[in-house]
This record gives sequence, structure tokens and C-alpha cells, in this order.
Amino acid sequence: MVDAVQDQDDFVPPAEVAEMELYHPKSWLTKYVFSQDAKVIAIQYSFTAIAIGLVALVLSWMMRLQLGFPETFSFIEAEDYYQFITMHGMIMVIYLLTALFLGGFGNYLIPLMVGARDMVFPYVNMLSYWIYLAAVLVLLASFFVPGGPTGAGWTLYPPQAILPGTPGSEGGIVLMLVSLALFIVGFTMGGLNYVVTVLQARTRGMTLMRLPLTIWGIFMATVLALLAFPALFVGAVMMTFDSLLGTSFFMPAISQFGEQLKYGGGSPILFQHLFWFFGHPEVYIVALPAFGIVSDLISVHARRHIFGYRLMVWAIVIIGALSFIVWAHHMYVSGMNPYFGFFFATTTLIIAIPTAIKVYNWVLTLWRGNIQLTVPMLFAIGFIVTFVNGGITGLFLGNVVVDVPLSDTMFVVAHFHMVMGVAPIMVVFGAIYHWFPKMTGRLMNVPMGQFHFWVTFVGAYAIFLPLHYLGFLGVPRRYYAMLDTGFIPESAQDLNAFVTVVVLIVGAAQMLFLYNIAVSMIKGKKSGPNPWRATSLEWQTPQTPPGHGNFGPTLPVVYRWAYAYGLPDATEDYVPQNLAPDQLMSDYDNSGLSHSAAQAAE
Amino acid sequence: MYVAVMIVLVAVGTVVFHFMSPWWWTPIASNWGYIDDTIIITFWITGVVFVAVLLFMAYCVLRFRYKEGRRSEYEPENKKLEWWLTIITGLGVAGMLIPGLFVWNQFVTVPPGAAEIEVVGTQWQWSFRYPGKDGVIGTSNVRLISGDNPFGLNPDDPNGRDDVLVEGGDLHLPLGGPVKILLRSIDVLHNFTVPQFRAKMDMVPGMITYFWLTPTRTGTFDILCFELCGTGHYTMRASVVVEEKNAFDAWLGEQETFAQTMARAGSDPGRKASLVLNETGNVAAKDRQAQ
Amino acid sequence: MNLLQQLMEKPWLTEDNTVVELRDGRTFALSREKLGLRVFLVVVMVVFSLMMAAYIERKVFSDWHSVPLPWLLWLNTVILVFSSLAMHRAWISARRTEIDGVRVWLYAGGFFALVFLIGQLLAWWELVASGYYAAVDPANAFFFMLTALHGVHLIGGLVAWWRTMAKVTRGCGVVLVRISVELCTVYWHFLLLIWLALFALMLFT
Ligand code: HEM
Ligand SMILES: [Cu+2]
Ligand SMILES: [Cu+2]
Repeated sequence: MVDAVQDQDDFVPPAEVAEMELYHPKSWLTKYVFSQDAKVIAIQYSFTAIAIGLVALVLSWMMRLQLGFPETFSFIEAEDYYQFITMHGMIMVIYLLTALFLGGFGNYLIPLMVGARDMVFPYVNMLSYWIYLAAVLVLLASFFVPGGPTGAGWTLYPPQAILPGTPGSEGGIVLMLVSLALFIVGFTMGGLNYVVTVLQARTRGMTLMRLPLTIWGIFMATVLALLAFPALFVGAVMMTFDSLLGTSFFMPAISQFGEQLKYGGGSPILFQHLFWFFGHPEVYIVALPAFGIVSDLISVHARRHIFGYRLMVWAIVIIGALSFIVWAHHMYVSGMNPYFGFFFATTTLIIAIPTAIKVYNWVLTLWRGNIQLTVPMLFAIGFIVTFVNGGITGLFLGNVVVDVPLSDTMFVVAHFHMVMGVAPIMVVFGAIYHWFPKMTGRLMNVPMGQFHFWVTFVGAYAIFLPLHYLGFLGVPRRYYAMLDTGFIPESAQDLNAFVTVVVLIVGAAQMLFLYNIAVSMIKGKKSGPNPWRATSLEWQTPQTPPGHGNFGPTLPVVYRWAYAYGLPDATEDYVPQNLAPDQLMSDYDNSGLSHSAAQAAE
Repeated sequence: MYVAVMIVLVAVGTVVFHFMSPWWWTPIASNWGYIDDTIIITFWITGVVFVAVLLFMAYCVLRFRYKEGRRSEYEPENKKLEWWLTIITGLGVAGMLIPGLFVWNQFVTVPPGAAEIEVVGTQWQWSFRYPGKDGVIGTSNVRLISGDNPFGLNPDDPNGRDDVLVEGGDLHLPLGGPVKILLRSIDVLHNFTVPQFRAKMDMVPGMITYFWLTPTRTGTFDILCFELCGTGHYTMRASVVVEEKNAFDAWLGEQETFAQTMARAGSDPGRKASLVLNETGNVAAKDRQAQ
Repeated sequence: MNLLQQLMEKPWLTEDNTVVELRDGRTFALSREKLGLRVFLVVVMVVFSLMMAAYIERKVFSDWHSVPLPWLLWLNTVILVFSSLAMHRAWISARRTEIDGVRVWLYAGGFFALVFLIGQLLAWWELVASGYYAAVDPANAFFFMLTALHGVHLIGGLVAWWRTMAKVTRGCGVVLVRISVELCTVYWHFLLLIWLALFALMLFT
């Protein structure tokens, strides 16, 4: 098939734009450590994100131990608990999911899938990773300063975030703000790359509408992040001033513990607006890459084109745009002007429509497909189930008046874990099983993968579904202990204990996943270049794993969209994007597997 | 096969769990039954969608399982189907939103003549203030807070002199009349929540926030803080006692007014007030009202 | 094809007319560097707009006391305009392939930018000397924060300027530095506009 591309000189007009010069590493250090190759940067990002994510996972076990068995673990004090939830939440959302989806998957997949040799600004891309690493280290350092990390909740609301009475108000909060600012600077550097690469560095024939949805998701998420992170940045800078210089951006006149503080005249609500102007798009920064990737997983493994591709793209764009005018649905009971509620409830529920269309189209892709229940496919199904569940509870919380009894209860915790915790993590897992063969040339162990899926999916569902009902009951979130509360029956405690046990089991299953990665990297079955018989460009590279520069001497030329599955008049049930039209009936299979081997891999 | 079965089990299991769950909202004690009704509407609409999507997916997984040599159907778009799905979704969304907005309109419209009661949040304790005989709550300012004047009432404001102060005790509410609950915090964010009332609102230092309700059932209920306010957040509790009007009046009559407290403390907060105000200079005349 | 048309394409139909579709995969007729800079300027603009929005939100309350702006700021503004003009001349020289002009005007632009920064520091010093600390009043806090943030961005620009300068002194041809000079110039003009907006905002309170 590679020959097929090279034979077309008479067929393909010469390129209008000369190829960029590629940076070539000169030493071991610039090849593996200070590398400018997006694939290496991607792996650096991914390992760092997963490592810090494991810290957040362990923190969640601590929190669950406290909630499940409140009297048992005397080493978890209230201060610790609040520090744990804060660090857990912030790490999971920003330092794990955002970094992994954009820095990890974005760096690996964008150049490969759009048919570029690398990102457009490789040096800036490299800086992006190192600044991210610095942000992670500053965050970790806050565990070791006097007073420990901040316990202000991941929302970091002032005034309490910087006042005594909240753990970590001595140094932890400042380190957190500095770390966030660093993260944003680093992200902006990476983000410029992702955006410009997708817009300007696609290979010939790769029109916007021929891009795989993975790229659309990551692209739009990056645009959102570039526009939303500044709000967090501004909030962080202003709060750092308040904390260190004693300014009063967010600090009104306060009398605390019988003492008059020097602050006066600031507005705590202003911070909330800034935070959520970032915070809501952040939800989509995590969700849109997941939307994109899962679309590709479903399409490849159901052997069918994605249903309603154009609508899928438009929905991503519309959701992205709308996500900037819904932020105050997190503030219905914050004390802001209650009349805002009408506007924000309406915009929020309108977002549900494009989102629902995406769900329908995923399911309609399965419909009349030819579904291979591979491990990535299992995770994709797991994503749909948990995402629909979490999306539905979002309609409760978005409908302003329904939010009133539910806000700040366990219902909220259950909702956002389903929709932006479990669902995207399902996609992360599915994506790793899916692209692992391209990154290493080996397949991951399937029985272990299936076991991992079932424990994770059923477990996560069993953890978070019942929590919604504790929320209805009125159990608040961010409570170290429920003490004696009249309306909470004994059975709620039993439920909490059950949930904690499931959390530990699910946690153990993740260790199996890491083991699977480690073993498969060395001993996994050889995958060949295209084990899933997929159409997009990353599977058509001459080398697996792809070498420096991704493609051979000439860049691929794209003739069709990424979803040519089940074309009636082609030899195989998939047609690679770069297969010349006159080759459709030739023997172009590059999977490196016989059909029965592909079956066995399932 | 087993994948389809599991999807069905998740759908059915969720519905069964929903109806069997022993954890459900507390019996309501206010007029906000409309909120519960909206939740029920939302449950029905979204529940149908949830089950439908899952069952359809199970069907697809079963029916379109991989077969060697078969090709999936090639039909990139189906405009008609997509239009129908969009319209139906839109109707479903409107079905939830419209009743929701009607109820919200009630929620933000305080009925004229509602009694005013102030709740003050501090780390980590609740206090309450009643308007006294004149029915008007006196003005206050954080800068006036001191050991003798923990609420920061303005001693020069005659409306405040007869205000009844309850520090660290329980909140009492009369049954059946609308109450506008004014919320004030003097240090950090808090949130006044009684699960049986369904309503809640944050308390923000520098602002006076509010919501209203009509207690509809006598009894004693827990007041909890629902906005993280520091290490003691989970300990910030009090009780609210909803009682008949005469019992309430009797209780209110036993409480001390601001003037009495001051007299007992033997201090003249008035002089002090002007001192404090001169010192800090830039105190806003009045805490900002929620706009 | 404009963006909207590109987004309306039905990708599954282009199977037959592939040759027509084989244009380069670029969305805009713009070099990568220029697009990169524009995206970055949008991000910076969002940062400053949010800060200005916060400033306006805060200013409407009655207890707002404006900072007496030091007269030095006027002088600084003029210097920043000079800096921008010099950069612009450098760009013009670069387009005319006059490497000497590039060198001279780049020096001038960088020099004026540095003088501007020093001037800003003096303005701060003047305020602090007369007791307008950041903590004393929200208006002071905003003044220090906005000027500091603007200054930091200018320092970032000077780093880019320095790298361009290095290229010029190393004797790279005009063609090679042309794009760097252009990007610096655009950034300089942008920061000038931001400064004018900030200054106007603080002036008219
Ligand atoms: C099995 C994995 C997980 C478990 C067991 C878990 C458990 C918890 C628990 C117990 C809390 C505190 C609830 C409270 O007291 O308010 C919490 C908070 C939170 N979690 Fe997770 N979590 C998990 C995964 C995730 C993931 C993947 C995300 C990513 C989105 C996430 C995001 C958050 C956030 C944002 C908070 C709120 C923190 C706050 O209240 O400030 N969690 N989680
Ligand atoms: Cu949101
Ligand atoms: Cu609290």
C-alpha cells in the first residue's frame, strides 16, 4: 500500500507549500529527555499525569476509608480529610485528565492523525512539558510545607481559602495557586501547538471534514482551554496578591474568631464567577477529547462509519461555544442575583440537545454495524452507559430549582464523578488498549483487559449510583463525618461502608491494569502495523511504533474521510484514508494479521 | 451475548434500585413541594431516555455482533431520523425546563408581608436575630463586631434596639406563615440548609442573601452548613423548631433584646462604633445587598 | 473556500473528485508562526479583558478611591509609542531587506521598551513613597496588578526581541530574521494597545 502512494506522481499535483524542516536530535539527551518529538513528549506527559493521578487515587481511598468507617481510622483528621479532597479533586481534573487528554493523547495523535511530521513549534512544545512537570512538582511540594497542602476544596473559594481555619492557608494555598499558574503557562504553550498544527499543518487532502473525530474533540477542547484557563489564571493571580500582599480583591470586611481582619471591600462572588468561567468549560475540556476518541473507538470496532459525522462535528463546536455561557449554573445558590437563574438554566438545558445527539449517534453507529467486542469496544460501551447516566443527572442540577435541594450534596459528587470522572476514564482506558499496539508494536493481554473492564465498570457504577440517593436524602458533600444527624438513617452508614469496599476492589483492579501494561510492553503479542484494521493515518505509518518524522520519505496524501468502513465496493471492510481511489479493489490489507488472527485478538 | 445481558442488567438494576432504595428525600416540611414535583417530572423524562438508550444498545450489541465477511451498512447520514431525534429531545428538555422556571419564579418572588428573620453564620456556629416588636431588622456592620456586640448591630439604629438575639441556640419558626430568611456571614462562606425545607442559600461575607419559605409541619429539624467553611465545617450544626404561632410567641417573649444585652454588659457601644468607623475609614456604609 | 463552506462539506461524497480536493491541508492562508502569534494574542487579550472586567465590577461600589496616577505615566506612554514606532521601522527595513536598518531600529525599539519598564518602576516607587501600598485600597491593588502584568508581558517580548537581536548580530540574512521582526512588531503594537486601554481605564475613573 505504501507503494501505491508513491506511484502516484502523475496523479497528485505538486504540493503548494514546502515541507517544514524537521528538528533532528543530536544526542541521547535531546532524543529521550529534552526531546522535541511530539511522540516522546506525549509519553512524558502521560507518565507524569498517570503518576500524579495515582497519588489522587490513593487520596480517594483515604477519603473513602474515612467515610465508610468514620471511627476506625484515627490517623485521618478533619484537616487531612479536607486536604485530601482538595488535592484529589484538583489533581484528577487538571493534572491528570486535562494533561493526559491534551498533553498525552493530543501530542501523540495530532501529528499522526492529521499527517504531519511533528507539531509546528516543537521547541515550545518541549517547554510545555517541562513547565507542566514543574507545576506538578510545586503541587507535590505543598504536601511538605508547614500546614500542608490547601484544604479549601478544589474550588478554592475565598475568603476561607486564604484565612486561618482552613488547612494549608499558611503556604499550601500559595503553592497551589503558583502551580496552577505554571500549569496554565505550560498548557498555553502546548495549546498553541495543537491548534496551529490542526489548522495549518494537515497533509494534502486532509480537509477539515476528513479529520477523525478524535482530532476534532482534542482541537475544540484546546480552544476552550486557551480561552478558559485565563479566567483561572486571573483568579489565581488576584488571590495570590490577596494572600501575600494583603490586597482585597476577593476579601470583604471580615471579623474572624473575634478579631477584625485588615481586609475590606472585595467580592468573594467575583472569584466564583472567574472560577466557573473557567470551571465549566473545564468539564468540556475533559469531555470533548473523550467524545472524540470514543467516536473513533466505536467506529473502528463496530466496523462502521460514525453515524452523522457532520452533526458530530457541529455538535462538538456548538457544545464548545455554549459552554462559555452556562458557568453560573454552579452558582445558583451562591447568593448571586437570583434572576440569573432563568438565563443559565435555559442555556444549560439547551446544551443537553447537542450532547444527546452525540449519544444517539454513537448508538446509531452500533446499529447495523458489525460489532467486535474488543476491549476498547467494551470500554466504549462502558463510557456510553456512564455518560448517559451522568448526563441525565446533569439535567437535574442544571434545572435551577431542582438544583436548590441537591446542590452541595452527595448527588453532586455522584453526578460529576459519573460524567467527568468515570466516563472519561473509561475512554482513557479504551484509548490505551486501542493505541497501545501503535505505541509499542504489541497487543495488550485480552483476558486481563476484559477482567479490568468488568471490575472497573461494574464497580464504578456500584460506587456512584447509590451516592445519588444519599444526596436526595440530604447528605452533604465535603463532610468529614456525619456525627448525629436526625434525618440520616443507620443504613446510610452501611451503604457508605459497602461503597468503600467496592472502591478498594476497583482500586486493586487498576494495579492489574498497570501490570498488564508493563508485561505487554515486553512480552505482548506482536501486533503488526494495523491490528484493528483501521483507516486513519496513524495506522498507515511505515514503521510501528512510528519513527522520527512519523511517515516515510513522502507524507501520505488523503483521499477520503476516516470512516470508510463497510464500503460495498472495496476488497476489505475498511479503506485507509490514503489509499488511492484506483486501488480500492487491490489487495491493500496492511493489518499484518490474517483475518482469523484479528478474530482471535478480539 | 453476556455484554448485552450486562447492559440490560444495568438498565433494569438502576430502575429497580431507584424504586427500592431506602434512601430517599426526607418528608417535606415547607411549601417547596413544587420542587419535589419538578424532580419527579425530571425523573420520568430522563429515566425513559436512559432505559431506551441502554436497551437499544443491548439490542445492537446482540443483533449486530461481528460476523466474518459481513459488511456494516453504509449510510453516513439520515437527516430525517436526526431531525426527529432532535425535536423529541427538545420537547423533553422543554418539559423539564418550563415547570422548573415557573417554580423558580416563585422561589425568587418573596410574598409581601413575609416575616423577616436573620441568620448569621460564623466559624462554626449559627446565630439568629428576630426583628422585635417593630418588625424591622436593624442595620449592622462587620466593623462594629466586638465581644459586646457579636452581631455587629448598629447601636444608633433605633430599629435594632428591640431586635431579639439568639446566639448559639436554636432557631424557632412559626408554623404556616411565609418567612424571608436573611443570611449574613461575618467571616467566610457558609450555607444555611435544612433538608426538610428543600431550600438553601449561601451566606457571603459583605452581602446579605436571602430565600423564603413557609413552614408547613411542626417538628425539630437539623440545620447544616452546606458550604465548605474550614476545618469545623461538618460540626456547624443547630436545630430549627417549627411550632404553633402561640408557642412561638411565648418563646420569643423570653429572649433578650439587643438593648437588654447592652445594658447588661454595661457598655456604650455607640461611642465605640464611631471610633471603629473613624479608624478604618473606608467601611462601606452598609453591607451590600444581594443585587 | 471559507471556513463555513469547509465545515459544510460532506466528506463521504468526495470519493470521486479527489483530485480537486488535494489542496494543502491549511485552513487559513497564513504562515504558522503568524497564526500561532494571533492565537496567543487572543489568549492574552482574554486575560486582560477579564482583569478589566473585574476592575469595572469593583469600581461601581461607592467606597472606591481612585489612585492619583503619577504624571510619569504620560511620559511612559509616549516612550512606549516610540518603542512601537521603532519596531515598526525595523519591520519596514526588514521588508526592504536592509539589514542595517533592522539592526538600528531593533536596538531603538528594545531600548525604549526598557526605558518604559524602568519608568513604570519609578511610577510604582513614587506611589509607594506616598503611601499608596497595594494593600491599602482595592484601587491601588488593581493599579499594581495591571501594570505588573503588562510589564511581565513586555519582558516576555524582550526575550523574543533578544533572540531576534542575537540572530541579527550573528549575521543571519534579512530573509531569516524577517518573520521574527514581524512577530515582535505585532506583539509590540498589541502591548501598546493593551497599555492604552489600561491607562484609559484607570484615567477615566
Ligand atoms: C474510583 C475513583 C474515585 C473515587 C473513589 C473518588 C472519591 C471521591 C470522594 C470520596 C470525594 C469527596 C466527596 C466529599 O466528601 O465531598 C471526591 C471528590 C472529588 N472527586 Fe473523586 N473519586 C474518584 C475519581 C475521581 C475522578 C476520576 C475525578 C475526575 C474528574 C474526580 C474528581 C473529584 C472532584 C472534582 C472532587 C471534589 C473535590 C472537592 O469537593 O473539592 N474523582 N472523590
Ligand atoms: Cu458546569
Ligand atoms: Cu460550612
